[in-house]
Amino acid sequence: MVECFQRIPCDPCHYSCRSGAIKEFKDINDVPEVDWEKCTGCGVCVAACPGLAVFVMDETASASECLVAMPHEFSPLPREGDTVDLLDREGVALTRGMVERVIPGRKPAGTPVVWVRAPKEYSLTVRGLCLTKEGD
Amino acid sequence: MIAVLIAELAVVGAGPAGVSGALEAASHGVRVALVDRGDRTGGQLLKQTHKFFGWHRKSAGTRGILIARQFEGEVRSDPNVTFLSGTEALGYYDDGVLLLESPGGIDRLHCDRLLVATGASERMLVFPGNDLPGVYGAGAVQTLMNVHGVRPGRSVLMIGSGNIGLIVSYQLAQAGVEVAAVVEALPAIGGYAVHASKIRRLGIPILTRHTIKEAYGKDQVEGAVIWELDGKWVGIPGTERDLDVDVVCLATGLTPLAEILWQAGAEIKYIPELGGFVPLYNQDMETTAKGVFVAGDVAGIEEASTAMAAGRLAGLCAARSLGKVADGEFKDLHESISTELAELRAGPTGEKILKGLAQIWSGTEVGA
Repeated sequence: MVECFQRIPCDPCHYSCRSGAIKEFKDINDVPEVDWEKCTGCGVCVAACPGLAVFVMDETASASECLVAMPHEFSPLPREGDTVDLLDREGVALTRGMVERVIPGRKPAGTPVVWVRAPKEYSLTVRGLCLTKEGD
Repeated sequence: MIAVLIAELAVVGAGPAGVSGALEAASHGVRVALVDRGDRTGGQLLKQTHKFFGWHRKSAGTRGILIARQFEGEVRSDPNVTFLSGTEALGYYDDGVLLLESPGGIDRLHCDRLLVATGASERMLVFPGNDLPGVYGAGAVQTLMNVHGVRPGRSVLMIGSGNIGLIVSYQLAQAGVEVAAVVEALPAIGGYAVHASKIRRLGIPILTRHTIKEAYGKDQVEGAVIWELDGKWVGIPGTERDLDVDVVCLATGLTPLAEILWQAGAEIKYIPELGGFVPLYNQDMETTAKGVFVAGDVAGIEEASTAMAAGRLAGLCAARSLGKVADGEFKDLHESISTELAELRAGPTGEKILKGLAQIWSGTEVGA
Protein backbone atom coordinates (compact mmCIF):
# COMPACT_ATOMS: atom_id res chain seq x y z
CA MET A 1 0.00 0.00 0.00
CA VAL A 2 1.82 3.09 -1.23
CA GLU A 3 0.33 5.94 0.77
CA CYS A 4 1.81 8.60 -1.46
CA PHE A 5 -0.86 10.76 -3.04
CA GLN A 6 0.88 14.01 -3.80
CA ARG A 7 2.83 14.81 -6.95
CA ILE A 8 6.44 15.29 -5.85
CA PRO A 9 9.69 14.53 -7.70
CA CYS A 10 10.58 11.07 -6.39
CA ASP A 11 10.98 7.61 -7.99
CA PRO A 12 13.02 5.07 -5.97
CA CYS A 13 10.00 2.88 -5.13
CA HIS A 14 9.74 1.66 -8.72
CA TYR A 15 13.41 0.71 -8.77
CA SER A 16 13.31 -1.08 -5.44
CA CYS A 17 10.74 -3.68 -6.49
CA ARG A 18 12.22 -6.95 -7.75
CA SER A 19 8.94 -8.01 -9.33
CA GLY A 20 8.21 -4.80 -11.21
CA ALA A 21 5.04 -4.34 -9.14
CA ILE A 22 5.45 -0.58 -8.79
CA LYS A 23 4.93 0.81 -12.25
CA GLU A 24 7.58 2.79 -14.07
CA PHE A 25 7.24 6.57 -13.93
CA LYS A 26 6.70 8.51 -17.12
CA ASP A 27 7.13 11.74 -15.18
CA ILE A 28 9.14 11.70 -11.95
CA ASN A 29 6.33 13.67 -10.29
CA ASP A 30 3.71 10.99 -10.96
CA VAL A 31 2.04 9.25 -8.03
CA PRO A 32 3.16 5.59 -7.72
CA GLU A 33 0.82 2.85 -9.00
CA VAL A 34 0.95 -0.75 -7.86
CA ASP A 35 0.35 -3.75 -10.11
CA TRP A 36 -1.34 -6.07 -7.60
CA GLU A 37 -0.83 -9.13 -9.81
CA LYS A 38 2.91 -8.76 -9.52
CA CYS A 39 3.28 -7.80 -5.86
CA THR A 40 4.63 -10.63 -3.71
CA GLY A 41 4.38 -8.72 -0.42
CA CYS A 42 8.12 -8.91 0.16
CA GLY A 43 8.28 -5.42 1.67
CA VAL A 44 11.51 -4.19 0.07
CA CYS A 45 9.65 -1.05 -1.00
CA VAL A 46 8.76 -0.34 2.63
CA ALA A 47 12.44 0.19 3.40
CA ALA A 48 13.20 1.97 0.13
CA CYS A 49 10.65 4.79 0.26
CA PRO A 50 12.26 8.08 1.36
CA GLY A 51 8.90 9.32 2.62
CA LEU A 52 8.29 6.18 4.74
CA ALA A 53 4.93 6.00 3.02
CA VAL A 54 4.79 2.32 2.01
CA PHE A 55 3.17 -0.46 4.04
CA VAL A 56 2.44 -4.11 3.31
CA MET A 57 -0.61 -5.96 4.61
CA ASP A 58 -0.68 -9.74 4.54
CA GLU A 59 -4.23 -10.89 5.17
CA THR A 60 -3.37 -14.61 4.99
CA ALA A 61 -1.67 -14.75 8.40
CA SER A 62 -4.61 -16.51 10.03
CA ALA A 63 -8.42 -16.48 10.01
CA SER A 64 -8.54 -13.53 12.41
CA GLU A 65 -5.16 -11.87 11.99
CA CYS A 66 -3.13 -9.97 9.48
CA LEU A 67 0.53 -9.01 9.30
CA VAL A 68 1.43 -5.40 8.65
CA ALA A 69 4.92 -4.29 7.61
CA MET A 70 5.90 -0.75 8.50
CA PRO A 71 9.06 1.34 8.38
CA HIS A 72 10.43 2.12 11.86
CA GLU A 73 13.38 4.46 12.32
CA PHE A 74 13.61 4.61 16.10
CA SER A 75 16.00 3.23 18.67
CA PRO A 76 15.77 0.80 20.30
CA LEU A 77 14.11 -1.39 17.71
CA PRO A 78 11.51 -3.80 19.04
CA ARG A 79 12.46 -7.45 19.15
CA GLU A 80 10.61 -10.41 17.70
CA GLY A 81 8.04 -11.60 20.21
CA ASP A 82 7.65 -8.19 21.87
CA THR A 83 4.15 -6.96 22.51
CA VAL A 84 3.74 -3.43 21.25
CA ASP A 85 1.03 -0.79 21.02
CA LEU A 86 -0.23 -0.53 17.47
CA LEU A 87 -0.97 3.03 16.38
CA ASP A 88 -3.13 4.59 13.72
CA ARG A 89 -2.25 7.44 11.38
CA GLU A 90 -2.72 9.96 14.18
CA GLY A 91 -0.53 8.10 16.63
CA VAL A 92 -3.54 6.87 18.63
CA ALA A 93 -3.14 3.37 20.07
CA LEU A 94 -5.68 1.02 18.47
CA THR A 95 -4.77 -2.26 20.05
CA ARG A 96 -1.82 -4.35 21.16
CA GLY A 97 0.00 -6.65 18.80
CA MET A 98 3.02 -8.88 18.63
CA VAL A 99 6.17 -8.20 16.70
CA GLU A 100 6.48 -10.97 14.16
CA ARG A 101 9.69 -10.00 12.45
CA VAL A 102 12.25 -7.20 12.50
CA ILE A 103 14.34 -6.63 9.40
CA PRO A 104 17.25 -4.33 10.23
CA GLY A 105 18.08 -1.60 7.77
CA ARG A 106 20.41 -2.55 4.98
CA LYS A 107 23.85 -1.09 5.68
CA PRO A 108 25.06 1.58 5.89
CA ALA A 109 21.94 3.32 7.17
CA GLY A 110 18.86 1.67 5.72
CA THR A 111 15.38 1.85 7.15
CA PRO A 112 14.39 -1.03 9.47
CA VAL A 113 11.11 -2.76 8.66
CA VAL A 114 8.94 -4.22 11.42
CA TRP A 115 6.23 -6.81 10.75
CA VAL A 116 3.47 -6.85 13.36
CA ARG A 117 0.62 -9.27 13.89
CA ALA A 118 -2.69 -7.53 14.39
CA PRO A 119 -6.39 -8.36 14.36
CA LYS A 120 -7.50 -8.43 10.74
CA GLU A 121 -9.92 -5.51 11.09
CA TYR A 122 -6.95 -3.19 11.65
CA SER A 123 -5.06 -3.98 8.45
CA LEU A 124 -5.95 -0.65 6.87
CA THR A 125 -5.44 1.44 9.99
CA VAL A 126 -2.38 0.13 11.84
CA ARG A 127 0.49 2.28 10.64
CA GLY A 128 2.85 2.66 13.59
CA LEU A 129 4.04 1.03 16.77
CA CYS A 130 5.18 2.08 20.18
CA LEU A 131 7.08 -0.02 22.69
CA THR A 132 4.88 -0.64 25.70
CA LYS A 133 6.22 0.75 28.95
CA GLU A 134 7.55 -1.60 31.65
CA GLY A 135 4.80 -2.95 33.85
CA ASP A 136 2.03 -2.36 31.30
CA MET B 1 51.78 38.32 6.27
CA ILE B 2 49.14 37.97 3.61
CA ALA B 3 49.42 34.85 1.51
CA VAL B 4 48.57 35.08 -2.18
CA LEU B 5 46.78 32.10 -3.70
CA ILE B 6 45.84 31.52 -7.32
CA ALA B 7 43.02 29.51 -8.82
CA GLU B 8 41.10 29.58 -12.10
CA LEU B 9 37.78 29.12 -10.31
CA ALA B 10 37.04 29.97 -6.70
CA VAL B 11 33.93 28.37 -5.25
CA VAL B 12 32.53 29.85 -2.05
CA GLY B 13 30.46 27.32 -0.14
CA ALA B 14 31.08 23.57 -0.11
CA GLY B 15 27.49 22.43 0.13
CA PRO B 16 25.78 20.37 -2.60
CA ALA B 17 25.80 23.21 -5.13
CA GLY B 18 29.37 24.32 -4.51
CA VAL B 19 30.84 20.82 -4.48
CA SER B 20 28.94 19.83 -7.62
CA GLY B 21 30.18 22.98 -9.34
CA ALA B 22 33.76 22.46 -8.22
CA LEU B 23 33.84 18.83 -9.34
CA GLU B 24 32.21 19.58 -12.68
CA ALA B 25 34.65 22.39 -13.48
CA ALA B 26 37.56 20.24 -12.30
CA SER B 27 36.46 17.46 -14.62
CA HIS B 28 37.09 19.84 -17.52
CA GLY B 29 40.57 20.65 -16.31
CA VAL B 30 39.83 23.79 -14.33
CA ARG B 31 42.00 24.41 -11.23
CA VAL B 32 39.49 25.01 -8.43
CA ALA B 33 39.79 26.44 -4.94
CA LEU B 34 36.79 25.38 -2.85
CA VAL B 35 36.24 27.52 0.24
CA ASP B 36 34.04 26.83 3.25
CA ARG B 37 34.01 28.16 6.79
CA GLY B 38 33.28 24.67 8.11
CA ASP B 39 35.78 21.88 8.59
CA ARG B 40 34.17 19.57 6.06
CA THR B 41 32.39 19.68 2.75
CA GLY B 42 28.67 18.97 2.69
CA GLY B 43 26.87 22.15 3.81
CA GLN B 44 23.36 21.32 4.93
CA LEU B 45 23.83 17.68 3.91
CA LEU B 46 25.99 17.15 6.99
CA LYS B 47 22.99 17.25 9.26
CA GLN B 48 20.42 15.62 7.04
CA THR B 49 19.76 12.18 8.43
CA HIS B 50 16.59 11.76 6.38
CA LYS B 51 16.40 10.09 2.98
CA PHE B 52 16.53 12.05 -0.23
CA PHE B 53 13.76 12.26 -2.75
CA GLY B 54 14.38 12.85 -6.45
CA TRP B 55 15.82 10.38 -8.91
CA HIS B 56 16.86 6.84 -8.13
CA ARG B 57 19.89 7.33 -10.34
CA LYS B 58 20.81 10.48 -8.45
CA SER B 59 20.93 9.57 -4.77
CA ALA B 60 17.20 9.19 -4.03
CA GLY B 61 16.75 7.02 -0.95
CA THR B 62 20.23 7.90 0.30
CA ARG B 63 20.59 9.89 3.49
CA GLY B 64 22.03 13.37 3.15
CA ILE B 65 24.90 12.59 5.51
CA LEU B 66 26.06 9.76 3.23
CA ILE B 67 25.90 11.98 0.18
CA ALA B 68 28.07 14.44 2.11
CA ARG B 69 30.55 11.63 2.77
CA GLN B 70 30.63 10.68 -0.91
CA PHE B 71 31.29 14.31 -1.82
CA GLU B 72 34.09 14.51 0.71
CA GLY B 73 35.80 11.52 -0.89
CA GLU B 74 35.42 12.92 -4.38
CA VAL B 75 36.76 16.33 -3.42
CA ARG B 76 39.75 14.90 -1.57
CA SER B 77 40.74 12.66 -4.45
CA ASP B 78 40.34 15.25 -7.19
CA PRO B 79 43.79 16.66 -8.11
CA ASN B 80 42.20 19.79 -9.58
CA VAL B 81 40.34 20.77 -6.42
CA THR B 82 41.94 22.34 -3.36
CA PHE B 83 39.63 22.49 -0.38
CA LEU B 84 40.26 25.43 1.94
CA SER B 85 38.38 24.47 5.09
CA GLY B 86 37.80 26.73 8.08
CA THR B 87 38.02 29.65 5.67
CA GLU B 88 35.54 32.47 5.30
CA ALA B 89 35.24 34.63 2.19
CA LEU B 90 35.19 38.28 3.23
CA GLY B 91 34.65 39.95 -0.11
CA TYR B 92 35.23 39.87 -3.84
CA TYR B 93 36.95 42.78 -5.56
CA ASP B 94 37.11 44.23 -9.10
CA ASP B 95 40.61 42.98 -9.64
CA GLY B 96 39.44 39.41 -9.33
CA VAL B 97 40.58 39.02 -5.76
CA LEU B 98 38.63 37.03 -3.22
CA LEU B 99 39.64 37.99 0.29
CA LEU B 100 39.72 35.07 2.68
CA GLU B 101 39.99 34.76 6.43
CA SER B 102 41.06 31.67 8.30
CA PRO B 103 42.59 31.05 11.71
CA GLY B 104 45.93 31.59 10.02
CA GLY B 105 45.02 35.13 8.99
CA ILE B 106 43.96 36.93 5.83
CA ASP B 107 44.72 35.58 2.36
CA ARG B 108 44.13 36.93 -1.13
CA LEU B 109 42.85 34.40 -3.63
CA HIS B 110 43.31 35.55 -7.23
CA CYS B 111 40.72 33.82 -9.37
CA ASP B 112 39.54 34.19 -12.95
CA ARG B 113 36.00 33.10 -12.14
CA LEU B 114 33.92 32.94 -8.96
CA LEU B 115 31.04 30.62 -8.12
CA VAL B 116 28.99 31.76 -5.13
CA ALA B 117 27.16 28.84 -3.51
CA THR B 118 26.75 30.19 -0.01
CA GLY B 119 23.29 28.81 0.54
CA ALA B 120 20.74 30.30 2.88
CA SER B 121 19.84 30.78 6.51
CA GLU B 122 16.72 30.81 8.67
CA ARG B 123 14.35 33.72 8.52
CA MET B 124 13.80 35.33 11.92
CA LEU B 125 10.30 35.75 13.28
CA VAL B 126 9.22 38.68 15.41
CA PHE B 127 7.35 37.89 18.62
CA PRO B 128 7.71 38.82 22.28
CA GLY B 129 10.35 36.65 23.88
CA ASN B 130 12.10 35.83 20.62
CA ASP B 131 15.44 36.69 22.15
CA LEU B 132 15.19 34.19 24.99
CA PRO B 133 17.67 31.31 25.15
CA GLY B 134 15.75 28.34 23.86
CA VAL B 135 14.59 30.03 20.66
CA TYR B 136 16.45 28.36 17.80
CA GLY B 137 16.40 28.25 14.04
CA ALA B 138 15.43 24.76 12.85
CA GLY B 139 18.78 24.38 11.10
CA ALA B 140 20.59 25.05 14.36
CA VAL B 141 18.54 22.37 16.15
CA GLN B 142 19.36 19.96 13.35
CA THR B 143 23.07 20.68 13.63
CA LEU B 144 23.00 20.41 17.41
CA MET B 145 21.27 17.03 17.31
CA ASN B 146 22.53 15.38 14.18
CA VAL B 147 26.10 16.62 14.10
CA HIS B 148 26.85 17.04 17.79
CA GLY B 149 24.41 14.59 19.40
CA VAL B 150 22.97 17.20 21.76
CA ARG B 151 19.25 17.54 22.51
CA PRO B 152 18.10 21.17 22.36
CA GLY B 153 15.66 20.69 25.25
CA ARG B 154 12.76 18.66 26.55
CA SER B 155 9.75 19.87 24.59
CA VAL B 156 9.57 21.88 21.39
CA LEU B 157 7.10 24.21 19.71
CA MET B 158 7.88 24.06 15.99
CA ILE B 159 6.88 27.13 14.01
CA GLY B 160 6.41 26.36 10.33
CA SER B 161 5.11 23.30 8.50
CA GLY B 162 7.34 23.46 5.43
CA ASN B 163 9.61 20.49 4.79
CA ILE B 164 12.21 21.74 7.22
CA GLY B 165 9.70 22.12 10.08
CA LEU B 166 8.22 18.68 9.40
CA ILE B 167 11.56 16.92 8.99
CA VAL B 168 13.19 18.50 12.04
CA SER B 169 10.09 17.59 14.10
CA TYR B 170 10.59 13.99 13.03
CA GLN B 171 14.28 14.14 13.92
CA LEU B 172 13.45 15.64 17.32
CA ALA B 173 11.12 12.70 17.97
CA GLN B 174 13.87 10.30 16.90
CA ALA B 175 16.14 11.95 19.47
CA GLY B 176 13.56 11.43 22.19
CA VAL B 177 12.49 15.08 22.34
CA GLU B 178 8.80 15.84 22.59
CA VAL B 179 7.25 18.05 19.91
CA ALA B 180 4.26 19.70 21.53
CA ALA B 181 2.91 21.07 18.27
CA VAL B 182 3.76 22.31 14.81
CA VAL B 183 2.04 25.61 14.07
CA GLU B 184 1.49 26.91 10.58
CA ALA B 185 0.12 30.38 9.85
CA LEU B 186 -1.20 29.37 6.44
CA PRO B 187 -4.42 27.39 6.08
CA ALA B 188 -2.55 24.41 4.63
CA ILE B 189 0.55 22.39 5.48
CA GLY B 190 3.51 23.73 3.53
CA GLY B 191 5.71 20.66 3.15
CA TYR B 192 5.28 17.26 1.52
CA ALA B 193 2.26 15.24 2.62
CA VAL B 194 4.42 12.21 3.36
CA HIS B 195 6.56 14.22 5.81
CA ALA B 196 3.41 15.46 7.52
CA SER B 197 1.98 11.92 7.68
CA LYS B 198 5.16 10.66 9.32
CA ILE B 199 4.85 13.07 12.23
CA ARG B 200 1.10 12.70 12.54
CA ARG B 201 1.67 8.97 13.03
CA LEU B 202 3.73 9.98 16.07
CA GLY B 203 0.78 11.93 17.41
CA ILE B 204 2.39 15.32 16.78
CA PRO B 205 -0.38 17.90 16.21
CA ILE B 206 -0.09 20.17 13.17
CA LEU B 207 -2.18 23.28 13.76
CA THR B 208 -2.82 25.31 10.63
CA ARG B 209 -3.91 28.95 10.88
CA HIS B 210 -1.96 29.15 14.13
CA THR B 211 1.12 30.99 15.17
CA ILE B 212 3.09 31.94 18.25
CA LYS B 213 1.84 34.85 20.29
CA GLU B 214 4.79 34.95 22.68
CA ALA B 215 7.51 32.95 24.33
CA TYR B 216 8.08 33.58 28.04
CA GLY B 217 10.49 32.72 30.79
CA LYS B 218 12.91 34.35 33.20
CA ASP B 219 16.33 33.40 31.79
CA GLN B 220 15.21 31.00 29.07
CA VAL B 221 12.10 29.72 27.39
CA GLU B 222 9.75 28.23 29.98
CA GLY B 223 6.62 28.22 27.90
CA ALA B 224 4.99 29.60 24.78
CA VAL B 225 1.53 30.83 23.92
CA ILE B 226 0.06 30.03 20.52
CA TRP B 227 -3.16 31.33 19.00
CA GLU B 228 -5.35 31.05 15.96
CA LEU B 229 -5.20 33.57 13.13
CA ASP B 230 -8.16 35.10 11.38
CA GLY B 231 -8.42 35.70 7.62
CA LYS B 232 -6.30 38.84 7.94
CA TRP B 233 -3.39 37.17 9.78
CA VAL B 234 -4.44 38.72 13.06
CA GLY B 235 -4.47 36.66 16.25
CA ILE B 236 -7.93 35.90 17.59
CA PRO B 237 -8.23 36.79 21.29
CA GLY B 238 -9.62 33.91 23.30
CA THR B 239 -7.95 31.21 21.20
CA GLU B 240 -4.70 31.32 23.18
CA ARG B 241 -3.15 28.05 24.31
CA ASP B 242 -0.26 27.86 26.75
CA LEU B 243 2.26 25.17 25.88
CA ASP B 244 4.74 23.71 28.34
CA VAL B 245 7.80 23.88 26.12
CA ASP B 246 11.42 24.87 26.68
CA VAL B 247 12.37 25.22 23.03
CA VAL B 248 10.82 27.30 20.27
CA CYS B 249 12.06 26.27 16.85
CA LEU B 250 11.74 28.62 13.87
CA ALA B 251 11.21 26.97 10.50
CA THR B 252 9.47 29.77 8.65
CA GLY B 253 11.63 29.71 5.59
CA LEU B 254 15.16 30.25 4.46
CA THR B 255 16.52 33.37 2.91
CA PRO B 256 19.62 33.52 0.68
CA LEU B 257 23.01 34.44 2.17
CA ALA B 258 23.74 36.81 -0.66
CA GLU B 259 25.96 39.37 1.09
CA ILE B 260 29.00 38.62 -1.03
CA LEU B 261 26.95 39.14 -4.19
CA TRP B 262 25.72 42.54 -2.99
CA GLN B 263 29.32 43.43 -2.21
CA ALA B 264 30.55 42.20 -5.60
CA GLY B 265 28.06 44.48 -7.32
CA ALA B 266 25.77 41.84 -8.80
CA GLU B 267 22.23 43.00 -9.52
CA ILE B 268 19.86 41.68 -6.87
CA LYS B 269 16.06 41.50 -6.94
CA TYR B 270 13.51 40.79 -4.25
CA ILE B 271 11.55 37.72 -5.34
CA PRO B 272 9.33 36.25 -2.61
CA GLU B 273 8.84 32.95 -4.46
CA LEU B 274 12.59 32.35 -4.25
CA GLY B 275 12.97 33.34 -0.61
CA GLY B 276 13.92 37.00 -0.69
CA PHE B 277 16.81 38.89 -2.21
CA VAL B 278 18.29 36.80 -5.02
CA PRO B 279 20.86 37.61 -7.71
CA LEU B 280 19.73 37.96 -11.31
CA TYR B 281 21.41 35.37 -13.52
CA ASN B 282 21.21 34.02 -17.08
CA GLN B 283 20.92 30.55 -18.64
CA ASP B 284 24.60 30.01 -17.87
CA MET B 285 24.15 30.73 -14.15
CA GLU B 286 26.19 33.95 -14.52
CA THR B 287 25.15 37.06 -12.57
CA THR B 288 25.42 40.63 -13.85
CA ALA B 289 28.83 40.80 -12.17
CA LYS B 290 31.06 39.49 -14.92
CA GLY B 291 32.67 36.17 -14.17
CA VAL B 292 30.55 35.64 -11.04
CA PHE B 293 28.32 32.56 -11.15
CA VAL B 294 25.73 31.31 -8.67
CA ALA B 295 24.08 28.02 -7.77
CA GLY B 296 22.05 26.48 -4.98
CA ASP B 297 19.89 28.13 -2.34
CA VAL B 298 21.67 31.48 -2.66
CA ALA B 299 20.09 31.75 -6.11
CA GLY B 300 16.65 30.76 -4.86
CA ILE B 301 15.48 28.47 -2.06
CA GLU B 302 14.87 25.00 -3.45
CA GLU B 303 16.44 21.77 -2.37
CA ALA B 304 19.44 19.53 -2.70
CA SER B 305 18.79 17.82 -6.05
CA THR B 306 18.29 21.14 -7.81
CA ALA B 307 21.30 22.55 -5.96
CA MET B 308 23.48 19.74 -7.30
CA ALA B 309 22.20 20.10 -10.85
CA ALA B 310 22.48 23.90 -10.82
CA GLY B 311 25.96 23.59 -9.33
CA ARG B 312 27.03 21.33 -12.16
CA LEU B 313 25.58 23.76 -14.68
CA ALA B 314 27.43 26.68 -13.13
CA GLY B 315 30.67 24.69 -12.98
CA LEU B 316 30.26 23.69 -16.62
CA CYS B 317 29.60 27.26 -17.73
CA ALA B 318 32.49 28.63 -15.71
CA ALA B 319 34.75 26.02 -17.34
CA ARG B 320 33.38 26.95 -20.75
CA SER B 321 34.04 30.64 -20.16
CA LEU B 322 37.65 29.70 -19.37
CA GLY B 323 37.89 27.99 -22.76
CA LYS B 324 38.04 24.49 -21.32
CA VAL B 325 34.96 22.95 -22.92
CA ALA B 326 34.47 22.32 -26.64
CA ASP B 327 31.30 23.63 -28.36
CA GLY B 328 29.66 20.27 -28.99
CA GLU B 329 30.33 18.89 -25.52
CA PHE B 330 29.16 22.12 -23.90
CA LYS B 331 25.92 22.17 -25.85
CA ASP B 332 25.14 18.53 -24.96
CA LEU B 333 25.96 18.84 -21.27
CA HIS B 334 24.17 22.19 -20.92
CA GLU B 335 21.07 20.69 -22.47
CA SER B 336 21.14 17.52 -20.38
CA ILE B 337 21.58 19.36 -17.05
CA SER B 338 18.95 21.97 -17.97
CA THR B 339 16.54 19.16 -18.80
CA GLU B 340 17.24 17.57 -15.43
CA LEU B 341 16.42 20.87 -13.69
CA ALA B 342 13.25 21.24 -15.72
CA GLU B 343 12.15 17.72 -14.81
CA LEU B 344 12.74 18.32 -11.11
CA ARG B 345 10.70 21.50 -11.31
CA ALA B 346 7.92 20.07 -13.47
CA GLY B 347 5.57 18.99 -10.70
CA PRO B 348 3.33 21.12 -8.46
CA THR B 349 6.20 21.63 -6.04
CA GLY B 350 8.15 23.36 -8.80
CA GLU B 351 5.41 25.82 -9.74
CA LYS B 352 6.38 28.42 -7.18
CA ILE B 353 10.04 28.16 -8.22
CA LEU B 354 9.21 28.56 -11.90
CA LYS B 355 7.14 31.65 -11.11
CA GLY B 356 10.12 33.08 -9.27
CA LEU B 357 12.58 32.14 -12.01
CA ALA B 358 10.39 33.80 -14.61
CA GLN B 359 10.97 37.07 -12.75
CA ILE B 360 14.72 36.51 -12.94
CA TRP B 361 14.63 35.78 -16.63
CA SER B 362 12.05 38.39 -17.62
CA GLY B 363 13.49 40.29 -20.51
CA THR B 364 15.76 37.42 -21.46
CA GLU B 365 14.95 34.07 -23.05
CA VAL B 366 12.86 32.04 -20.64
CA GLY B 367 14.84 29.12 -19.32
CA ALA B 368 14.26 25.52 -18.29
